[in-house]
Amino acid sequence: MTACPLPNLTTLETVASKSLLPTDWRADLGDLAGLDLTLAVTELIRRTTSRLPQDVIEALVDHRNQEEEGSRAANTLDTMIENIVLADDHVSPLCQDTGTVIFWVRHPFGVSQRRIKEQIRQAVADCTKRSWLRPNCVEALSGKNPGNNMDPFGETHPVIHFEEREEPGIEISIMLKGGGCENVGAQYRLPDAAIGAGRDLGGVRKCIIDAVNKAQGQGCSPGILGVAIGGDRVVSFERSKEVILRKLGTSNPDPKLDAMEKRLMEELNTLGIGPMGYGGHTTVLGVHLSEMWRHPASFYVSISYMCWSSRRMDLTIEPNGAAIYR
Amino acid sequence: MKRITTPISEEVARDLKVGDEILLNGRVVLSRDTGHKFMVEQRPEWLKPILEEAVIYHCGPVVARHDDGTWSFVSSGPTTSIREEPYQADVLETYKVRGVIGKGGMGKKTSDGLVKVGAVYLHATGGAGSLLAERVKRVVDVKMLEEFGSPEAFWIIEVEDFPLVVTMDSHGGSLHEVVAKSSMERAKELMAIK
Repeated sequence: MTACPLPNLTTLETVASKSLLPTDWRADLGDLAGLDLTLAVTELIRRTTSRLPQDVIEALVDHRNQEEEGSRAANTLDTMIENIVLADDHVSPLCQDTGTVIFWVRHPFGVSQRRIKEQIRQAVADCTKRSWLRPNCVEALSGKNPGNNMDPFGETHPVIHFEEREEPGIEISIMLKGGGCENVGAQYRLPDAAIGAGRDLGGVRKCIIDAVNKAQGQGCSPGILGVAIGGDRVVSFERSKEVILRKLGTSNPDPKLDAMEKRLMEELNTLGIGPMGYGGHTTVLGVHLSEMWRHPASFYVSISYMCWSSRRMDLTIEPNGAAIYR
Repeated sequence: MKRITTPISEEVARDLKVGDEILLNGRVVLSRDTGHKFMVEQRPEWLKPILEEAVIYHCGPVVARHDDGTWSFVSSGPTTSIREEPYQADVLETYKVRGVIGKGGMGKKTSDGLVKVGAVYLHATGGAGSLLAERVKRVVDVKMLEEFGSPEAFWIIEVEDFPLVVTMDSHGGSLHEVVAKSSMERAKELMAIK
C-alpha cells in the first residue's frame, strides 16, 4: 500500500494575505450596539467555501490509506483530496452546492441581533455576487429565485441562531450544508418496531445504522453524522446540526456516548457503502452524539448527515476586537 | 482507466460494464429538472444534433462571465439524478444520448432505457466541484439561459479526462443495487433483525 501524504495546501499566511480584512482591522467592542461585522463575516464565508477544516482533510487522507490501492474507493478519495487542493489554490467553491448557509452567533449582552442579522444577510448577498456562493434560496412552491440567497422576509435563509452569553467577545460559527446530504437526514420516534429499536442507547444505535444504510452514497459519503437524542422535533434537529461543528477525532465528554461513537464508527464502516456508495471501507468519517431532555411521552432521535465536504469554520472576535478564523 | 471520447457509438457504450472507471473526453450537455421536463414536453428539434451520441450531465454549475462575454465554469459537480427519473428514458431514446452523468443512480425506468438505447449511467464524485470544473476545457455555447436561469440552462461544454464510474450499464447492471443489497444484509446483522 502506498501511503497518500497530507496534501500541500496554501499556507495559512497565504490565506490570510488574501483576506478582505485589513491586517489592523479591529471590531469596536466598546460600542456593541453599533458593531459592524459585515466584512468579517464576508471573509468567514470566503474561507469556508474554498477550504475544508484540517481535521476533515486528515480524516479523508487517513481513510484513503486504509483502502486498497487502485480500488474505486481509494481512487474516489484521491479525487476528493485533489479537489480540496484545487479549490484552496483557486479560492473557488469546493462544491457547486454551497448549501444552506447556517450561522450560530454567540454574543454578550448589548449586541443588536437585528443589526447583526442584517450584516450577515449583506455578507451572504455580497459573497453570492462574487460567485463564492450559489444562489440557493428559492420560493417553495414557485421555485422563484431572487438570485441573492436572501428570502425577502428574513425568515429562512440564511439561517441564523443567536445566543447571548456571559463571556466578552463574539463567536460566529458557520456551516455550508448541501442539499443532497440534507435530504438523507432522518428523525426517529422511539420505540420503533420496524427496526426493533427501544428507548435506550441501543435503540439509538439501531436508528443510526438504519439511517446510514438508507442514505447509501446519496449524501455524498463518507459522511459525518450529527445525532441528537431527546428534545422536541425542532430543537432535536437543531442540535443534530450543531454537533457537526465539533472537530473530528475529539472525544465526547460523556463517556457512555463516547464509547458508542467509537463503536458506531467501526460498525458503520463495515456496511460496505464506501465513498459515493461505490463500495469500500469508508462510509463515515465521524459520529457525534448529544443527549438532551425530552417530554416523557416523546423520544426522538434526530440525525443530520453532513457530506464529506464538511464546510464549517469559527470566527472569534476577541475581547481586543481582533478577528481570528479557525 | 479507459478513455472514452464523444461521439460515442452504440458499440462502445455497450462495451462498458458496471464498475468500469473511465475518463470522458468531448461534448457534454448540462441539463437538470427544467431542461428534462422541457425536452419531453416540447421535443425541440434543435437539440437533436447537439445531443446525438453525446452525454447529458445533471449539474447546476457556478459560472463566471468574463469581460469579453465568454464563460467559464468555477465549480461544477453532479446533482442528484433521481429527480429526472420520469423523463430520462424518453430523453435517451428521443435524442440518442449515450451517457448520463450524475450522482446517486437512477431507477428501473432509466435502467430499461439504457438497455434499449445502448447507453450508460456515469457517476461523478459528488462535491468535487472544483476539480470537475478544471476538467471543463471550453464552454462552447449555452441555450435557454434567459428562459431557465443559469443553474437550469443547457450549457454545452467540452471536457477533458472527466473522471467517472459506470454504475449502471446497458445490460441491466447496477452497482447501486449491488452495494445496497450487501449493506442491507450487514445492517440487519448489526441490528439483529431477521
